[in-house]
Amino acid sequence: MSDVVLSLAHLNKRFGALQATRDVSLDLRPGEIHALIGPNGAGKSTLIGQIAGSLRPDTGSIVLAGQEITSLSVAQRARLGLGRSFQISSLAEPLSVKRNVMIAVQALQGHSFRFWKPVHRDESLLAPAMAALERMALAHRADTAVAELSHGERRQVEVACALALKPRVLLLDEPMAGLGPEGSARLTELLEALKREVPILLIEHDMDAVFRLADRISVLVDGAVIAHGDSATIRANPQVREAYLGETTC
Amino acid sequence: MNKPDTPTLAPQPGLPTPAASWHDRKGLVQIGLLALLLLAPLAAHLLGHVYYVNLASRVTLVAMAAVGLNLAIGYGGMVSFGHAAYFGLGGYVAGISAYHAFDFTPVIAWPIAIPGSDSMLAIWLAALVLCGLLALVIGAISLRTTGVYFIMITLAFAQMMYYFANSWPTYGGEDGLPIYLRNSLPWVDTNDALTFFLICFAGLVLSLALTSRIMKSRFGAALTMARLNDTRLATAGIAPYPVRLVAFVISAMITGLAGALYADLNGFVSPTMLSWHMSGELMVIVILGGVGRLYGPLAGAILFVMMETLLGGLTEYWKLFLGLVLLFVVLFAKHGVMGWLAGRERHE
Repeated sequence: MSDVVLSLAHLNKRFGALQATRDVSLDLRPGEIHALIGPNGAGKSTLIGQIAGSLRPDTGSIVLAGQEITSLSVAQRARLGLGRSFQISSLAEPLSVKRNVMIAVQALQGHSFRFWKPVHRDESLLAPAMAALERMALAHRADTAVAELSHGERRQVEVACALALKPRVLLLDEPMAGLGPEGSARLTELLEALKREVPILLIEHDMDAVFRLADRISVLVDGAVIAHGDSATIRANPQVREAYLGETTC
Repeated sequence: MNKPDTPTLAPQPGLPTPAASWHDRKGLVQIGLLALLLLAPLAAHLLGHVYYVNLASRVTLVAMAAVGLNLAIGYGGMVSFGHAAYFGLGGYVAGISAYHAFDFTPVIAWPIAIPGSDSMLAIWLAALVLCGLLALVIGAISLRTTGVYFIMITLAFAQMMYYFANSWPTYGGEDGLPIYLRNSLPWVDTNDALTFFLICFAGLVLSLALTSRIMKSRFGAALTMARLNDTRLATAGIAPYPVRLVAFVISAMITGLAGALYADLNGFVSPTMLSWHMSGELMVIVILGGVGRLYGPLAGAILFVMMETLLGGLTEYWKLFLGLVLLFVVLFAKHGVMGWLAGRERHE
């Protein structure tokens, strides 16, 4: 168990008559990218909500680095090392890129009730924020307002914000969504370099990216994990081909 | 502030100069507004027009109350329609304390006897503490809601205070409570109109400085993020609720302190200070001046009181014109007087 950073055990979530999550168990180990794929309506978003803390599972448990987080809030989970990005970019648009990342650094340091020292010359906030941007190859845009960024750049800022938290786990919700082939390839490269440092649970539609990046893949259909394995296994699995791959690519 | 903070960044050509001149323009407007507010009553004093000195004090105090409200609305995104509760409570603290000091009775006899006081310092402290506590309770409940519900619940709390004051005969009920002698400060004569104005002016400048400093701090960064995108704040690991609550409390304390001074200015406090008209007036001032602009409340208060005085002298329907001006600002000049005078606010 000690080599598991994040583990979901027997999660169930029901909205009225709809069973959105059925007995989902999966885990994430250090140094890997574990991809979660599934057709639209498979319950990916519900599952992410439960991991990130915006939804509570009806039953089951979530353990992050040995600590049970099932009933903690979004902010508490983030403090324990869960970094995430959103399917639809969620950044403060009028603020500069730098400022968006700095708030994560500030959260990591845990001193938000300080009223006096100005942040704009606070090196202890600025330096780690710039380092995170550097990792996502965005340092040159640090002073630009998020509103002026391209879609792909916003994706990179989101990941930089998550990285600035020095997370134990990254939860990336369709980071490639809406990116052109070039942007997608670029982000794939950045994530590949990242996974040695932080294990990533990747929810993604882009199959090329998934097969290139993922060490393991779980397939979610109708709220349940129907298949699990490395990319060769998944490609070969007839059930998966029928439920998912057959309808889209490959 | 507008210089790139890291040497790795190549400064974008053309950017530093406009940013700098924009800064200068904003700074000039701010200094200009403060100078206008300071010099007008000095001139009035020299010419012997005490009325205008008191009018300047009135501008200063509604501006200060609006600075408090602006922290909630403009910087925190919390549209409070109940800041009259704190303005009025501050006023009643001054009134009730003076009332008991005047006839040597305790404000509270049990469990501990608290005597009345005509010392402004004691009154200010009491107003700050009580308004802070009231805002802590009202905010803790109201901030569980958002949007229209937040507006309505803050209004409801303020109206409760209003009706309570209206129906409490000890302190004058709906007739209000006179302050026969203006409360005092050591070493200065608060009855002198100019001296009192300078006290108010110092209060306004301090609250402006405090707001500015807070908004540049880590707390300000968190509050800004809570306003712009609270999901982002929570995802970073900072719970938005306590951040908002603390800002709400500070906001109420500033407005409450202005209320205490306002009662002393008028020598009178009545439930009118607690009414929703008062909340609305403060809101109008914030919107006129420019929501979320540091000096917006001052610009708004100058405009508001000038309209009230000049147009109110011509017609008792002056609020019709106020409405038209407000309509114009909301439709065509969303950034208020400050947006018009000093250009749009830019985030770093």
